[in-house]
Amino acid sequence: MIRGKIIKISGPAVIAGGMTGAKMNDIVRVGNLGLIGEIIRLDRDTAFIQVYEDTSGLFVGELVESTDEPLVVELGPGLLGGIFDGIQRPLDEIEKQSGFWMARGLIVNRLGREKTWHFSPRVKKGDIIHEGDTLGEVKETGVFLHKIMVPPGVSGVVNEVKEGEFKVEDTVVSLEEGQQLSMMQKWPVRRPRPFRKKTPPEEPFITGQRVFDLLFPITLGGNAIVPGGFGTGKTVVEQTLAKYSNADILVYVGCGERGNEITDVLTEFPHLEDPKTGGPLMSRTILVVNTSNMPIAAREASIYTGITLAEYYRDMGFNVALMADSTSRWAEALREISSRLEEMPGEEGFPTYLATRLASFYERSGRVECLGEPDRRGSVTIVGAVSPPGGDFSEPVTQHSMRVSGAFWALDAHLAYRRHFPAINWHKSYTLYYQPMKDWYLKNVSPQWDNLRTQMLQIQQKDAELQEVVQLVGPDALQDAERLTLESARMLREGFLQQHAFSAVDASCSLNKQYKMLTAFILFYEKCKKEIEAGTPVTTLLRLPVREDISRLKEIPEERFDEHYARLEEGIKEVFENLHKPELTGVNDGTADKGI
Amino acid sequence: MELLTKEYKGANYISGPLIFVEGGKRFSYNAMVEVLLPNGEVRTGQVLEVSSEYACIEVLEQTAGLEVVQITVRLKEEVARLSVSRDMVGRVFNGRGEPIDGLPEVIAEKRMEITGTPINPVSRAKPNEFIQTGISSIDGNNTLVRGQKLPIFSGAGLPANELASQILRQSTVLGEETQFVVVFAAMGITQREASFFLRSFEDSGATGKAVCFLNLADDPTIERLLTPRFALTVAEYLAFERDYHVLVILTDMTNYCEALREISTAREEIPGRRGYPGYMYSDLASLYERAGRIKGKKGSITQIPILTMPDDDITHPIADLTGYITEGQIVLSRHLHHAGVYPPIDVLLCLSRLMNNGIGAGKTRKDHRQVVDQLYACYAHGRDLRRLIAIVGGEALSELDKKYLRFAEAFENGFIGQGDTNRTIEDTLNLAWRLLKMFPGSELHRINREVITEYFEEILEEAPSPYYKPEETMP
Repeated sequence: MIRGKIIKISGPAVIAGGMTGAKMNDIVRVGNLGLIGEIIRLDRDTAFIQVYEDTSGLFVGELVESTDEPLVVELGPGLLGGIFDGIQRPLDEIEKQSGFWMARGLIVNRLGREKTWHFSPRVKKGDIIHEGDTLGEVKETGVFLHKIMVPPGVSGVVNEVKEGEFKVEDTVVSLEEGQQLSMMQKWPVRRPRPFRKKTPPEEPFITGQRVFDLLFPITLGGNAIVPGGFGTGKTVVEQTLAKYSNADILVYVGCGERGNEITDVLTEFPHLEDPKTGGPLMSRTILVVNTSNMPIAAREASIYTGITLAEYYRDMGFNVALMADSTSRWAEALREISSRLEEMPGEEGFPTYLATRLASFYERSGRVECLGEPDRRGSVTIVGAVSPPGGDFSEPVTQHSMRVSGAFWALDAHLAYRRHFPAINWHKSYTLYYQPMKDWYLKNVSPQWDNLRTQMLQIQQKDAELQEVVQLVGPDALQDAERLTLESARMLREGFLQQHAFSAVDASCSLNKQYKMLTAFILFYEKCKKEIEAGTPVTTLLRLPVREDISRLKEIPEERFDEHYARLEEGIKEVFENLHKPELTGVNDGTADKGI
Repeated sequence: MELLTKEYKGANYISGPLIFVEGGKRFSYNAMVEVLLPNGEVRTGQVLEVSSEYACIEVLEQTAGLEVVQITVRLKEEVARLSVSRDMVGRVFNGRGEPIDGLPEVIAEKRMEITGTPINPVSRAKPNEFIQTGISSIDGNNTLVRGQKLPIFSGAGLPANELASQILRQSTVLGEETQFVVVFAAMGITQREASFFLRSFEDSGATGKAVCFLNLADDPTIERLLTPRFALTVAEYLAFERDYHVLVILTDMTNYCEALREISTAREEIPGRRGYPGYMYSDLASLYERAGRIKGKKGSITQIPILTMPDDDITHPIADLTGYITEGQIVLSRHLHHAGVYPPIDVLLCLSRLMNNGIGAGKTRKDHRQVVDQLYACYAHGRDLRRLIAIVGGEALSELDKKYLRFAEAFENGFIGQGDTNRTIEDTLNLAWRLLKMFPGSELHRINREVITEYFEEILEEAPSPYYKPEETMP
């Protein structure tokens, strides 16, 4: 056991002497309270420690003891539905021990030791097993099957297999080589878990949000960043994706954010029905929570804890989504510790290794062929929120993240001010994943998908150009065709891109509905364009009541949508055929909803 | 509890508010110490850093008059604590927690650490009780709920104090006789502002229900770092151990942040944006996060911090970091203030993140969310058009666009600019409908057809609004 003594205390940074033999990134217990810390620099026998708990009241000379083990997470059944702090201590266990205030120096098991799980083996005596092979299965929550895998680096011949109810530390499989395997394994958080190989993206990460699925989609195994100033809706975007995406497992990392927001998640997720399993959404969610007033060193660790948990479920062959809110707070924690260590600062005081750390975090996303038998593929998709100071995207965290992420979903304060949500700026945002996935959409949704998308982008682009003209000469000076473009762009903004995250009907929108909605908008636009070429004034066209029906398509629930849409499409065609028979086309008199 | 054993004679270095005591290793980190001057004067300090060679101590009451050889530094307490008691309600203290109202010291029911301990996120209860402030632009557009932290972003010369005191005076929770306790922490505000608040407590009958901590503009700067912590410690005691609903007003956070910068500079730390320390976010969070509700506890802490945006700049680090931590913000506008609108709240810049928890059927009214979204959309469009006509003139606008302009005007003068009146949430929403009826139903994209039909009809039968002519309602 390596023991040293505190020689300096400055906030979360503690320096200890007499630590000969201690290793980088080992976990230590600091002081009489036994606070948890990690060694982040060694200078002969002096160790620099970042402490994961508040250091008030520590004295110089108190004992520091190394656990001789890096920061690890415990992996096994019992993770799903769990709420952990930045170093994977279950918050409800902490509550049991210390009440509603977070006491310091508590020792709690990261994975519940007492609960028993039914282990159904998938191997038998005499089988040769390798790392990543499935040893057996455990029903973790509801219908969810948790695969117990051979830990990386272990192989051998099975000597004995047990079936039945076991605790996570009990031996379920023993090998002829003498190794005893339980349902729990440990993994150091700062090291990516191994896999056979990464595979190219194929399927989209479907979000149910029109602006993402249609304009800026990402793949399962891709990554995106969501930067935006305060109040632009980062957290709502993260939570909406968590609720409606097509991932199997969710890891939500609340990193340096508000306590009350976590309460929102905690009160809402257990009641939200998961469309996949019918059970509560919480039963396939893991929360890692380190609110802004909890110690910053643990905030630094929370991102790694989250991604390691995500990789573990990926290795079972699941599609996992990791929501990190917010990576800027993580970067700030890095900055604070770096400055306490008196390192030479880079841009805006951030340490010079910020870009490297961000890159290695985002690179842990991806779609992989997992280790071991049977063959399986899993993915980790990362959506990282970024909180740039003053909403200025030129700051280092946004810039460094942009370089390594595959999609950039820029939130815009001006859209948020007018309550256009999700406040994604369609001119600034981009995705690098659309082209590789185009065929998937053409095959699985509609051959028209790409055409429609292009037309929509063109209308928006033209609108942006026209807006500049309008600012100079006013809308009256525009030609009818241009007025139509302006109005169509507005219809698309309000009727298509806006999507209310808390609406009962519209919070999530299937690809089918998205596609048909857009078809209606573009159909109307095309019809109007032809009419204008034929000399019909734009004002007549804009007064057509069917226009409002199109704009309100999002209010139609999924189960009635196809039928409703079929009638609307007929309706649109009919309106234009009858356009020049005045007795059949009244202007909008506020009773537009009858008929269609 | 005096620990006289830990005592050092002499300091070896004094710089700004900091003194460095050689060999001061027997102080704990964050300990409170007393600095004794030869003339018998005692000053308070806190340990900022300690190593086997020295302890670095910040002196709250400045270092003027200290010299290096003859002072004595002794340990007062291993961590800063405050004596709390229900008897503190109705009392006035200075920024260090000592009574200044001429009454005796408080007899402690408990000693609590002032740095506070984070609330376990799983123990928090969801804030969802609507607080009616009687101000339309808050109740309607940026609803406050119990347990929320909602700051007021003000500018020099804007009536933030008036607004805060109006909120204090008018706040009620619907269907409940509320027992508010106000905890007021003043940091570096002027005597004039302080007496404005004290007087308004008196006028609203809140004096007997307020705990005041006053650090005025001429009080020691460094003390400001502790003042809000004292206030929040009392608030936590009253809310979570004595079941009170506590409203905490912290003013002015700008002065607090400046004190933080001063200490950071004296410690020769690497400055972040505009010289403020890199850890300002975490430091502010350690104050603002001390709001909320706890499962199984009757009491709550609602925070209204007030800050002055230097040069009205909302991207200034103080406003920016606050906005990232708090659950929304109320932003005051110089433009509206000059136009004679009171309260001059720029609703487009405002936000209440917990609003959805506190509104809707059973709480306010089922149309609330949609009506407000529509108000925002229409007002934002009206404001855009205003910029446009400044360039191209009003003639270039369509009839519909002209309606948007008239709406923006009426919204500012009639809805936001309510003066010193107290409106119920029903009044606020009905007024909103009357304004929205300027537009044909087809323009109201943010409101479902069913809701439009229900409320459009209903409101039509009521008396016409004074802000527009009824014949304009139909296309």
